[in-house]
Amino acid sequence: MSPNAPPPLPSGIVAFVKRDCPTCELVAPVLAELASQVNLTVYSQDDPTFPEGVAVQDDTDLATSWHCKIEAVPTLLAVEKGVEQGRAVGWHREEWQALAGVSDLGAGLPDYRPGCGSLSVDPARQAELVVRFSGSKLRARRVHLAGLEDEAEALFNRGWTDGLPVVAPTEARVLAMLEGTSRTPEELVAVVPPDLVDCTVEKVAINAVLAGCKPEYLPVILAAVEAVCTDEFNIHGVIATTMPVAPVVVVNGPIRRAIGMNSGINVFGQGNRANSTIGRALQLVIRNVGGGRPGGVDRATFGSPAKLSFCFPEDEERSPWGPLSADFGAKPGTNTVTAYCGEAPRSTVDQLSRNPESLARSLAANIRTVHHPKLCIAFDCMLAVGPEHARVFQEVGWSKEQLRDKLSELLQVPGEEAIRGAGGIEEGLPEALRNATLPKLRPGGLHIVHCGGGAGLFSAIIGGWLAGSNGSQPVVREIQA
Amino acid sequence: MSGTVIVLDPTNEQQSEARERQPRLASLEGRTIGLLDISKPRGDVFLDRIEQKLRERGAEVIRYAKPTFTKPAPIDLRQQIAVECDAVVEALAD
Repeated sequence: MSPNAPPPLPSGIVAFVKRDCPTCELVAPVLAELASQVNLTVYSQDDPTFPEGVAVQDDTDLATSWHCKIEAVPTLLAVEKGVEQGRAVGWHREEWQALAGVSDLGAGLPDYRPGCGSLSVDPARQAELVVRFSGSKLRARRVHLAGLEDEAEALFNRGWTDGLPVVAPTEARVLAMLEGTSRTPEELVAVVPPDLVDCTVEKVAINAVLAGCKPEYLPVILAAVEAVCTDEFNIHGVIATTMPVAPVVVVNGPIRRAIGMNSGINVFGQGNRANSTIGRALQLVIRNVGGGRPGGVDRATFGSPAKLSFCFPEDEERSPWGPLSADFGAKPGTNTVTAYCGEAPRSTVDQLSRNPESLARSLAANIRTVHHPKLCIAFDCMLAVGPEHARVFQEVGWSKEQLRDKLSELLQVPGEEAIRGAGGIEEGLPEALRNATLPKLRPGGLHIVHCGGGAGLFSAIIGGWLAGSNGSQPVVREIQA
Repeated sequence: MSGTVIVLDPTNEQQSEARERQPRLASLEGRTIGLLDISKPRGDVFLDRIEQKLRERGAEVIRYAKPTFTKPAPIDLRQQIAVECDAVVEALAD
């Protein structure tokens, strides 16, 4: 019999007890009374000789207790044809009498006594029990690390890490991770490039353990994996390119705060577990499941620290504007990830502009330099407006659309500045565009988010990659519980 | 305790299949050679020259192009090349 399958329950009344429980000791005579009147089966969790005077089933392996989800002892079940019809937890005379259809039980006992914790939910044994009774639902290959192998070294040696230490994905940890989603382990999440491999919820959970995630992060990671493994996002190209880009995951909705993400001080930096490990888990899925490794399909000339992990939430609470996800049609208040292909962030300092026109000019001047000041149309850009800069726009009531329109207007590049040879620089656009006016960014390619610490008149720009259907387009996915 | 730790494999658990290379063409005479432009700038310059050289040696040449260099060649295109050609040259240029 598979340990996943619940043992068959006998019909009649079924009791779960342990000797190490004063309430069970108290009701031992009641069980003897019941045995003479109904079809009674008693399961003992710690001592098959307890209680005396009735036939006892040995449940010291806790299999029956586990599968019946017993939380306290004594627990009394009424069972018909193997199916539970009702239960009473602890000693409660009226409930026991109703369940067993017997009157005058336990004369001389108090009406009610709470029970003790069931051994099947003992925290000290939980991990072992979960593996024993649920482990077989995991399909991944089991890898036995030898006793003399250092665990951390063994995981490096197998090529499973991004260069930083990882958490060993034991069965207990993976099962605990899977508690973070209602999706089943074998459910297909995505076909992951570059190897185009079917990736299940279980494989994502294993990599989430490696990355150091908590179970409540798993739904965000699953949505991020789905988002990047689309033709629109084109993770194959994002991995393979020589350019220094990575999937940037922006989280919107109440889940940001529920799982403790940081949208404030040091938002793109270290120190917040959710920010750091969600992005890392996505990268480990790409590496381990998709097979996208540096020097293999990953041909980046420089790469970027963002390729270890780049995930952050928007600061929606203090933002003068709606969330990024709403710009892609998501209903505000829904939990989403937006996957965007971007470089590492770069600072834009402007500590003097107090009117929006001036500040917009500062931001545009820096956006103009994305990849090269003379290259146009090909790229998207994400603009992370810091709270002190956002205040400049908020005070005069500029909407996000107004800012975007103004920046688009300021980012029209005269062809004569952008063509090859202009400014004494050979790089540039074909001579034929000399008399044209060219938008720096792809139309619709400026994505504005609000985040960062409360002090500092700064914003950040995250340059994109080849934009549109020939490169990578931002993809929004709703996060499923 | 046995002293061993059991972990779950985070990889795709797949191994690529080793396949024999196609035999080298003994001669280009009368053979059909596909030239696949991956759509990087100036790849056509390189391929024009290759085409000229191949035709001088008596080969037929068919030109193909990927829709974009950022994505793998569509499967239909790969199958078309496999059906129509004896060999293919894929060009990367910038």
